[in-house]
Amino acid sequence: MQRSDTQDPAYFHKVVDCQWACPAHTPVPEYIRLIGQGRYDDAYMVNWVSNVFPGVLGRTCDRPCEPACRRGRVEDKNVGEKKPEAVAICRLKRVAADHKSQELRALLPKPLPRNGKKVACVGAGPASLTVARDLATQGYAVTVFDGETKPGGFIRSQIPRFRLPESVIDEECGYILGLGVELRAGRRIESMRALLAEGYDAVFVGCGAPRGRDLQLPGRQEAGERIRIGIDWLASVSFGHVTSVQPRVIVLGGGNTAMDCCRSARRLGASSVTVAVRSGYAQMKASPWEKEDAEHEGIPILDFHVPLAFEHEGGKLTGMRFKKAQTGEEVSIPCDEVLIAVGQENAFPWIERDAGIAFNEHGLPLLDAQSFQSSLPQVFFGGDAAFGPKNIITAVAHGHEAAVSIDRYLHAEPVTKRPPPHVNLLSQKMGIHEWSYDNGITNELRHKVPWAAAEKALASIRVEVELGFDAATAFKEAQRCLNCDVQTVFTDKLCIECDACVDICPMDSISFVENGAEADLRQRLKAPALNLAQDLYVSGTLKTARVMVKDEDVCLHCGLCAERCPTGAWDMQKFLLLTTKAGPACRDTPARAPLAERKVTA
Amino acid sequence: MTYLAKPKLHHPSLAKNRVGYTRRDYEGKVSTLCAGCGHDSVSSAIVQACWQLDIEPHRVAKLSGIGCSSKTPDYFLGASHGFNTVHGRMPSVLTGANLANRGLLYLGISGDGDSASIGLGQFAHAMRRGVRMVYIVENNGVYGLTKGQFSATADRGSVAKKGAVNHDAAIDLVSLALQLGATYVARGFSGDKAQLVPLIEGAIRHGGAAFIDVISPCVAFNNHAGSTRSYDYVREHNEAVSRIDFIDLAPEQTVGADEDLVCVPQHDGSTMRLRRVKPDYDATDRIAAMNQVQALHAAGEIATGLLYVDPEARDLHLGLNTVAWPLNTLGEAELCPGGEVLEKINAGLR
Repeated sequence: MQRSDTQDPAYFHKVVDCQWACPAHTPVPEYIRLIGQGRYDDAYMVNWVSNVFPGVLGRTCDRPCEPACRRGRVEDKNVGEKKPEAVAICRLKRVAADHKSQELRALLPKPLPRNGKKVACVGAGPASLTVARDLATQGYAVTVFDGETKPGGFIRSQIPRFRLPESVIDEECGYILGLGVELRAGRRIESMRALLAEGYDAVFVGCGAPRGRDLQLPGRQEAGERIRIGIDWLASVSFGHVTSVQPRVIVLGGGNTAMDCCRSARRLGASSVTVAVRSGYAQMKASPWEKEDAEHEGIPILDFHVPLAFEHEGGKLTGMRFKKAQTGEEVSIPCDEVLIAVGQENAFPWIERDAGIAFNEHGLPLLDAQSFQSSLPQVFFGGDAAFGPKNIITAVAHGHEAAVSIDRYLHAEPVTKRPPPHVNLLSQKMGIHEWSYDNGITNELRHKVPWAAAEKALASIRVEVELGFDAATAFKEAQRCLNCDVQTVFTDKLCIECDACVDICPMDSISFVENGAEADLRQRLKAPALNLAQDLYVSGTLKTARVMVKDEDVCLHCGLCAERCPTGAWDMQKFLLLTTKAGPACRDTPARAPLAERKVTA
Repeated sequence: MTYLAKPKLHHPSLAKNRVGYTRRDYEGKVSTLCAGCGHDSVSSAIVQACWQLDIEPHRVAKLSGIGCSSKTPDYFLGASHGFNTVHGRMPSVLTGANLANRGLLYLGISGDGDSASIGLGQFAHAMRRGVRMVYIVENNGVYGLTKGQFSATADRGSVAKKGAVNHDAAIDLVSLALQLGATYVARGFSGDKAQLVPLIEGAIRHGGAAFIDVISPCVAFNNHAGSTRSYDYVREHNEAVSRIDFIDLAPEQTVGADEDLVCVPQHDGSTMRLRRVKPDYDATDRIAAMNQVQALHAAGEIATGLLYVDPEARDLHLGLNTVAWPLNTLGEAELCPGGEVLEKINAGLR
């Protein structure tokens, strides 16, 4: 194999599995370490820079980081008979939000003086608010339009209050509006043409995927009164328009919206709630923990149930008929109300088809996948509006990228060119045996988040179910993090091949072997490297004509290799990657700002 | 020296051997030797060998004297028996233990100071008596604990870290062991575990006095230009006379026809396979082995590998005609067999 190119920013980034998996590339180990040190404000700000809504996401994130977490691969019966579990990354993020101090506002950046450019954002959801935050700090006059009276978009309308209290949304949207972003609440944009005519230098469309899919089956028209589209129903619940449900409810669908619907219905007083899903249980789109939470609340999930018809008597819904996909058998389940949560689709009835924006056959705008620019150069899309429904953290990631595009576009630089991220590798050695990070690995299993008492939680739609970690548990959970951002950096010309690192490595990650093709090399290591998603770190040729090969798969980043190395060929270096945000750093020719204005960063 | 405890987490694919242990179960405490010390690699090789041979840790007694090397038994086989004797006296204490309990596997760990200086007499007698043991000398040619004086195994003409030149002739423990009647004599290098682990395995299964001289560089005081025990020097002057695989009580595997292979059956049914690296080398001929070691030494090379093995090893118990069981298992009936037996013995002496 070729020696690994560690100069490529992606090499060490990929080793930080959680950060690599996060669409917004949040430096996860960095903020977990800060939480472990009790530095909640700093941890919050690390999050705020990357993912903008730490309190919201700490409760509702889809957590792509957790399935990627290395901890979930190294435990396997090492510390108990239970299945290995990732660090509770998402819940730790919430700790930073819950425990931050009043001084946090002082840490938020002050916007640069206005640069005379105006940007409109359509929709006040996570994508738009991210664009607004990134651009407002750089001196842009940003106006956000939304049909609702308060900002947040689907964060506010679709996520039930028992998962996310309104105060958290108010606070975090408030931080953004506090940067001088103008919110035109209650003004739904009805015409793209009219908006463009208002003289904005750029327009960002972050209006989400606001249309829930319907299910046209026999009986749909007749019994329509008791059949609701899930996301509309959730919004009505959130805004208090709906305060009760019928006694027997069926929820159709297997995504997170379906889980929110069933749990909400349970809280609004339904005596029986059933989820019916076409697919198998394992193939359901909902996150595993959301399925668990629903079942924990006594809601059965019937899989392989294909809906056939709504049954009714004179327009009054009486039940639903299903076909069991595996046996072909038909079953009827009595019910009084049905919530349809079988997907969402984008709708742009307000964008005139001759406004210069091209759409594809699915009704989605034609976009450059990296820059999010539409066929009309000054119009950019992001979030669910860009490529269809995903999740909040993806919307945020889109927002950051779109903000960079807009910033470059308005400085007459090509938007397809993306500036590289800022990368830092810094040795953590402080003395002969001292490291600036805590590398003692705890064997504790994942800590459970305490829940409110069931009778209290299920009695109200507004009582938050999860209580979050207290500081002591947060510390213990933070200690489970393996510090994957502290990289094992190998310098081949210093190595004397004494085997000390090989002997001490608790995970058998390091081998000195004759070089070969990757497939062959993976079999010949001290422990076979079978996880192809993880790189082999290959050194240059050593004195004995062998190479050092380290399987990055299950490294604990404990630093024992570096501690044992007599020549300093191994070093533990903290890798910090900051994606390039809108501002001078993202431009080819950064304008030199006057000294007084340079302290602003976001 | 490592201050950090080694995490208990291990690779998910870590296998268990036939007696139910993983390799990690054969480890000891975290080493307090200098970072990069060759002795730690020897400890690691012992761990690997014992795991591969399915040895139960509590069936092992590890004994040592004084010195860096003699500290190492604390760093492997934490669940076995151990005894740090006084300087150079490991062989006699081990001999006594062996006579009292022949059921254990005896591992004597020593250094060049411990065995070639103060303990040279003890070394010689353990070898000539054929005490059944694995005698490992971790040989770095230097007194590391007292900051780098030449030891008795340092080569004449080699240069110390501070520049002093050694004027004394070196004691070659391998040649001594061959001459004294050891029935398994090998030399390994701590920086080459592929060679060292099977050498240790073969020694463990050998039926008599097995001696392994392991060149184990001292990174702190003897790993510089001018040293003949440094990583670089040994790698450049290593002449392996044989390459061995050790197959413990397992069916023999065949190898390519071009390999010049000698199979040496061991007393317990296991097989030692020797492949000649030097075509004219015969590891079952003691005199030839002595000649070869000396010839290579004269040429400035270090002979490594399995240098000599006698599959028909006799051990001390055989010579003394002792009982087949450990002494502490003997009950009153065996120890006081009664007047009739006494009469018989007395009659036999008349």
